[in-house]
Amino acid sequence: MRTWRLYLRSPAAVLGALLVSVVAAMGLLAPFLYPDDPLGLAGRPLQWPGDNPRFPLGTDPSGRDIAAQIFHGARVSLLIGFAATLIAAAIGIAVGALAGFYGGAGDTALMRVTEAFQTLPNFLLLLLLVAVFGSDLRTITVGIGLVSWPPVARLTRAEFLTLRTREFVQAARLQGLGDAHLILREVLPNALPPVLVYASVVMAVSILLESALSFLQLSDPNVPSWGNLIGLGRNVLRTEWYVSAIPGVAILLTILGVSLVGQGLNDALNPRLAGGR
Amino acid sequence: MPADAEGAAPAAALAVEALTVALPPGADRPFALREGSLRLARGEILCVVGESGSGKSVMAMAVMRLLAPGLRVESGRVLLAGADLLALPEEEMRRVRGRRVAMVFQEPMTALNPLMTVGAQLAETWRTHTDLSAAEIRARSLEALREVALPDPEGALRAYPHELSGGQRQRAMIATALALEPEVLICDEPTTALDVTTQAQVLSLIRGLQRRRGTAVLFITHDFGVVAEIADRVAVMHRGELVEEGPVSRVLTAPAHDYTRRLLAAVPPLRAPPSRRPDAAGEAVLEVRGLTKTYSAAGLFRRRRATRALDGVSVTLKRGATLGVVGESGSGKSTLARCVVGLLAPDGGEIRIAGAPLPRARAEAAKLVQMVFQDPYASLNPRRRAGEQVAQGPVAAGAPRVEAMERARGLFELVGLDPAAVSRFPHEFSGGQRQRIGIARALAMRPRVLVADEPVSALDVSVQAQVLELLRGLRARFGLSTLFITHDLRVAAQVCDEVAVMRDGAVVEAGPVAEVFATPRHAYTRALLAAVPGREALGLGEGPSAPAAPPAGAPTAGE
Repeated sequence: MRTWRLYLRSPAAVLGALLVSVVAAMGLLAPFLYPDDPLGLAGRPLQWPGDNPRFPLGTDPSGRDIAAQIFHGARVSLLIGFAATLIAAAIGIAVGALAGFYGGAGDTALMRVTEAFQTLPNFLLLLLLVAVFGSDLRTITVGIGLVSWPPVARLTRAEFLTLRTREFVQAARLQGLGDAHLILREVLPNALPPVLVYASVVMAVSILLESALSFLQLSDPNVPSWGNLIGLGRNVLRTEWYVSAIPGVAILLTILGVSLVGQGLNDALNPRLAGGR
Repeated sequence: MPADAEGAAPAAALAVEALTVALPPGADRPFALREGSLRLARGEILCVVGESGSGKSVMAMAVMRLLAPGLRVESGRVLLAGADLLALPEEEMRRVRGRRVAMVFQEPMTALNPLMTVGAQLAETWRTHTDLSAAEIRARSLEALREVALPDPEGALRAYPHELSGGQRQRAMIATALALEPEVLICDEPTTALDVTTQAQVLSLIRGLQRRRGTAVLFITHDFGVVAEIADRVAVMHRGELVEEGPVSRVLTAPAHDYTRRLLAAVPPLRAPPSRRPDAAGEAVLEVRGLTKTYSAAGLFRRRRATRALDGVSVTLKRGATLGVVGESGSGKSTLARCVVGLLAPDGGEIRIAGAPLPRARAEAAKLVQMVFQDPYASLNPRRRAGEQVAQGPVAAGAPRVEAMERARGLFELVGLDPAAVSRFPHEFSGGQRQRIGIARALAMRPRVLVADEPVSALDVSVQAQVLELLRGLRARFGLSTLFITHDLRVAAQVCDEVAVMRDGAVVEAGPVAEVFATPRHAYTRALLAAVPGREALGLGEGPSAPAAPPAGAPTAGE
């Protein structure tokens, strides 16, 4: 409750929450506002926004309604963001918790694997995964999750390393509690806040990664994602720049919102900053 | 010096007049310090004594104009030789700090810059405030270090803070503070972080320097022993107000204010109460034989390769008795405690509880031995309810949840907490209450042996008395066998039946506490006892007094 109050004190954090809720609302309302297939032919191609009251944001080079794609794309972007973040957090927390709690040879081995992942550029690895396993939405989401977990693991491990020697963990150990209890009930709840904050970064990056893939036309062409729309606009960038610009702004605002939420969480969960000023 | 302060007393070196410091809104009280007035004469040591949160450090910081953000002086004056420091522009105040008013802090490791040599930090003082040449500064630095009796001043000049011991660091701090011969020296708990023998040396150093130079010293402390040792006059603070002030002999022997009386009553006398439980000669419940533990060196630059934390330690705890393990930091007493409960694996030797070796399985060991930790803030999980933390041990051992929670409520009541408080989170409790939760958590497992590792050293003296009283009561009711680790000989005298004195990983002397403290055989025990501050004024004369009555009504209310 205190955290929540602190969160609401920061205008930037509130703005972030607002942006994310607007995007979520767009995604939720899409099937009602635009019940037809957003990828279906709607009218004459390349109508500028405002030219035709039927298409407030205009149409793309294939004559599809951009507004419909933006609304439906919000679902895709948020879905990819959440799902990929969940996957990354699950792997990262598991690896980091085990490495940090037990230390020793297991820690060394797990951290070497983590580093191996980190030395490869995320996007290259993602391209490789897509090239091998195909580019439907599920593969892409899992792929993004798979390339995003190493920083989460490192962060979790660092938290576990300092927390595992705390007296309350030792006290629980002396009470005869098993390692699973120590990890899940004693250490993890205390290690979670910074990881939670970092998850917002992972989410923002996931949305960007998907867009980057679509821009290269390597994403799932059968879903109305914002990245796909940017990719479609690439050929007409100099004349009908709005085709790329509109989804670009949507991505910008979404990532801004997610980042501001993360920043707000960070400030609200950090007791030293919460003190005053 | 123009004596423009009113002529009643000889011009005070430092006078604090009706100083009020406001706390930020939402704090537990509106003022950190309310209408505080003090006069510190030249060449006198005035001790400001009080418990944590009494506002004594705030007063020191207000004098230096170094208040933490959020705190602000509401009204009052701070007169240094008659001139109001609070009215000075910041530029001039900077010239006052260090030159005319200097300060020594509690923790010398954090007060010294770890990346600068002691010599460089000393020299900084002269470079900032004077225009002496480098050679002259060096000569004076050496002189200053010699004056605080550092064994090797040349070497100390080149040393980094981590290369000195705690006592040496504090000496270097004092040398730095006194470098410019300030009129006023403010010491904020300068010996609290030090071992008792080192503390005695540093106190006599401060006393000696102050006598020689006629410096006025404002000495902040929570320890009446230290007060008895060093003060000319005493001011007692309680919740932001000065409740009593007077000559040390009068305040310690005939305190006028009720709060001072309660504080003094809470200081445990050094002499053990007349032998209790003569039947303590029962069977051994905990036997430690020839225990060794060596920490191998970590880091590339360490000179020592390995530390023998325990070197063939043997102690015996009898059923229903309390065995005190006393010693200074680094003596291995905490390592011993950690080995006994199984948190550390010893390298050699044997630990037997109730006749059998300590089982390796965590769940088995939990029923035999439990521990109460030192730091009440670190030993409870901040994100879980207090009751759950007490009940989780029995639950893991197979007790039904409802029953375990019921037992937790009963234990809360037993240790003097509201049974309904089981559903509260740790941050809703005070330090003393948290320590009670820690005790309840240990008792929930119904252990054969309780290991208490400095259980009261993080607590204020009045709260400490209450927790000690609780432990005494529990022992009387349940015949608890306790291994009691402490650095505080006064505490040991109060709660222990037998005592083992440790030094450098070995037990140098052991026996019934009354015997060991009355007729110490080993030179180190004698040195430890001699170093206890205020032993003449506060300790030995008390006679066979009953355990100090806990001040302030019900245990929970007073904390």
